[in-house]
Amino acid sequence: MTKITAHELAKKQKEISVAEFFERNKHILGFGNLTRALITSVKEGVDNSLDACEEANILPDIHVEIKNHEDSECKFIVEDNGPGVVKKQIPHIFGRLLYGSRFHTIKQSRGQQGIGISAVILYGQLTTGKHAKITSKIAEDRPAVVTEIAIDTNKNRAEVIGTDTVHWDKPTGTRVEISIIADYKRGKRFVYDYLQSTSIVNPHAQITYREPDGTEHIFERTSEALPRKSIEIKPHPYGVELGTLIKMAKHTKSRQLNSFLKSEFSSMGDRTTNSAIEKAGLEKTLNPKSMTREQFLSLHKAFKKVKIMAPSTDCISPIGETLIKRSLKHETQEISPEFIITASRPPSVYSGNPFQVEVGLVYGGNLPKEAPVRLLRFANRVPLLYQQGGCVTTSAISSIDWRRYGLDQPSGKGIPSGPAIFLTHISSTLIPYTSESKEAIADVDEIENEVKLAFRECARKVQHHISKKVRRAKTREKFDLITRILPEIAKKSAHMLDKPVPSLDAVITKIMDVVWIEDLIEYEKVSREPVQTTLIEETPQEHEGGTITKSKIMVVNYKRTPQKFNLYAVIPEDAVVGTVTPKPTKITNNYIKWNLDTIPPANKIDVNFELAGLEKGDFDENDLYIENINPAYVIGADKWEGD
Amino acid sequence: MMNKDYSNVISRIDAVAAKIYEDFQHTEIPFLMLPTRTKSNIKFDDKLNVWKYGKNTTERAAKSLDGAYMLLRTMYMADFIKEMIKINKSSTLREMYYISEGWDLAKFHSQQESNLLAEDLEVITSCMREDFKLRPEEDGARVIGNLTIEEMTRNNTKKKIHCQDDVGDAGYSIPYNVEPEKITFKGIDADFVIAIETGGMFDRLVENGFDTTHRAILVHLKGQPARSTRRFIKRLNEESNIPILVFTDCDPWSYRIFASVAYGAIKTAHISEYLATPASHYLGVTPSDIENYDLPTDNLTKEDVSALKSELTDPRFQDSFWKGEIKLQLKMGKKSEQQALAKYGLDYVTDTYLPEKLAEMGITKK
Repeated sequence: MTKITAHELAKKQKEISVAEFFERNKHILGFGNLTRALITSVKEGVDNSLDACEEANILPDIHVEIKNHEDSECKFIVEDNGPGVVKKQIPHIFGRLLYGSRFHTIKQSRGQQGIGISAVILYGQLTTGKHAKITSKIAEDRPAVVTEIAIDTNKNRAEVIGTDTVHWDKPTGTRVEISIIADYKRGKRFVYDYLQSTSIVNPHAQITYREPDGTEHIFERTSEALPRKSIEIKPHPYGVELGTLIKMAKHTKSRQLNSFLKSEFSSMGDRTTNSAIEKAGLEKTLNPKSMTREQFLSLHKAFKKVKIMAPSTDCISPIGETLIKRSLKHETQEISPEFIITASRPPSVYSGNPFQVEVGLVYGGNLPKEAPVRLLRFANRVPLLYQQGGCVTTSAISSIDWRRYGLDQPSGKGIPSGPAIFLTHISSTLIPYTSESKEAIADVDEIENEVKLAFRECARKVQHHISKKVRRAKTREKFDLITRILPEIAKKSAHMLDKPVPSLDAVITKIMDVVWIEDLIEYEKVSREPVQTTLIEETPQEHEGGTITKSKIMVVNYKRTPQKFNLYAVIPEDAVVGTVTPKPTKITNNYIKWNLDTIPPANKIDVNFELAGLEKGDFDENDLYIENINPAYVIGADKWEGD
Repeated sequence: MMNKDYSNVISRIDAVAAKIYEDFQHTEIPFLMLPTRTKSNIKFDDKLNVWKYGKNTTERAAKSLDGAYMLLRTMYMADFIKEMIKINKSSTLREMYYISEGWDLAKFHSQQESNLLAEDLEVITSCMREDFKLRPEEDGARVIGNLTIEEMTRNNTKKKIHCQDDVGDAGYSIPYNVEPEKITFKGIDADFVIAIETGGMFDRLVENGFDTTHRAILVHLKGQPARSTRRFIKRLNEESNIPILVFTDCDPWSYRIFASVAYGAIKTAHISEYLATPASHYLGVTPSDIENYDLPTDNLTKEDVSALKSELTDPRFQDSFWKGEIKLQLKMGKKSEQQALAKYGLDYVTDTYLPEKLAEMGITKK
């Protein structure tokens, strides 16, 4: 065997560009096969557009179109009404991998690596040899610019092949056209599912999808409010990796270790900073730029030994229970589910990264009764379509015993079967994906635990809902009895004896022997008139038109003695309270409380309240509680367990 | 037909309405009490020699939906009966069921429901269905034998009928009303009565002339016998003093037919003294007969087995004969029919089986 010298080897060793690397490893980006390639392309395109619109405070209007050519070549088009991209930035944003504003910051966003749309362009170029076409318009009075770009995979640079200006009706927006090799026939259904799922967790977006044969699907916008902007935060010492720590120290403007830690990390006050430095055996005055690897290592280790406050979690932008419910309702109309229940956990932290779990459960209707429950998984408003089995949300769901809640689940483990859809949404500044293709969330104990807690809460609500329904049905029977049958018996006996019809009140209270609470919800459309906001303390938002949700509650005392107690009505946090009668004792974000007047036997009190800021159907079931009365006396409300 | 005095019936019906009305006035939840009409609440009445309802009572109160419906229907039915008495009409139970269609909330959902309530009303008022001018759908069964009946026809004329000479092979048909105002027995010349479950066996005995050769009165029960059939048998027994022999299939349902003839049925235990004939004997077919005569059999079904087991706890079947036979049958797991006797020829039942059984029971000499 001939010996090869180092010089000879050096000839073969040349720099591998990032683009070239991805060319060789396209499977890790989700281009592993022709079906996946299609969905990944749609996904990256749509994510890119949603992010662009939200950053510019524009309600997204996204148009997706696929044109199917022969030889499995597809032309894929994504168009948005976002702010557009200035001409000179186009080659950077669309033609360079790992370029973008998001990679170096810590905040909740859809994409994290900045490889999204450029990877699709690269894939298209590699498989079809065709160039991508980007049309962008940045202001109403300016023409749209069309740029044709190719990527030089050696240099990780875009080459502009040509530019042109055209007239475009849109005020602003971006349109991306890319030809790719993909299996449309197989991927078709997934594209639809992906867009539908996206619409569920992005209720503020309107998505239109046009298939090659011209069929158009519109996933309607169900909320006019943009999601709360997620806030950029500094890294937390618990979550920072050694490499990142070193890189941060290299680029910091601080000259001393203590000011570096205090200014570049979150939750680092004087005390924690000093004790971390002390535990690491270092000097406060050390220049971070001149620290050795060993010093960084001991500092990194010291972080774990010091008690550091959790990072603030207000940087998380969850979807909100009301919107999840509304979206699910909208998208499951055809199923006409029996009920939709949501639950949301307070924000929590894993390894210094804030995250929050929200879940939803759709039950009944035309959903298949025997099949496994359908799982919808989302991370930062992006649907996760693949690797369900390897996802922490799946293992959390599988570890709950669903048999108690009326679903089939052999041995009480695994994905249950029954007519249900489970939705899980995780928001985080850093979603711990299992791989670069971002399809499953890694097995993080804190996340698994929160998902479990959220679903347990959901399941409890389901049980509550069902038992309430059963109880109501029973009372309904009694109500029938006293309002229809009993008067007839009295009438008939009087008639047979030729006597006046006797009074029933006393007998009715004896039969019922409960306080009966019946409620009704109505919706009223209002236009122009601002919703009344007289009873809340804080300054209300002005609502121009919309829907008023009117809840009417009737409290009847069918006990033989007068009753006096307190009533609570739980209301959604995002609702604005309007007129309330009688005068409530207290209104908080979550409930209205009344100290009701004494109700004599066979008398009733009407309680009404109005809610604004909700769509029709958002609030479709009263959740009522009572206090200062034996709960066994009351039908239609449960015992108040405190705030 | 004699015009019966119904004033007593009306005052009893009104008493029910008055009870409910007063409950309302006294701010009580209206209710009616009636004996529990189940197997567990029938007791042997030593004086009457039949099975009657015991002391357990059931409350039908307006506190539950079912109870309230029952009270409302009772009111409607009572009012309807009063009305019929007033206009001098009668109706069948089925007609009443259809009339209830117009009772709005009180309407019945099945005839079973209305029949049961009519029985409840009998129990509550201590009246008989006949007092309510309600009659059953089915006619009574048939009779053949050396017996003369005088019947009051609808034209208000008395007509004498000899149940061999004046009737065809189908026999004399028992009317729904068999009370003395309707029929009287004018001459009975027979040694015993055989009450037969199936029409096929009745016809076999008629064709073979068993009524003449063995001085028997043959009565067709037609399955579970109608009230009029049972009342007819009772009167026949009381007025002539000849024994009643019940001849049925060999299965648990047939034993219940015998029980309703001899002891009184659970459903009509309130009027057992009118309907039951304590001097009845079970002739066969018994489970022992299956073994002794080597009869063709069928396997007991699941329902048969549970019916037999239920009979083991039925107070009416607690004597050693029934306990022994039922246990034997459960052990064999078999049942048989009367007509299985045809295995040995068409005349076997009249020439061999019945004479042997009658002798064995001491009715005739060997």
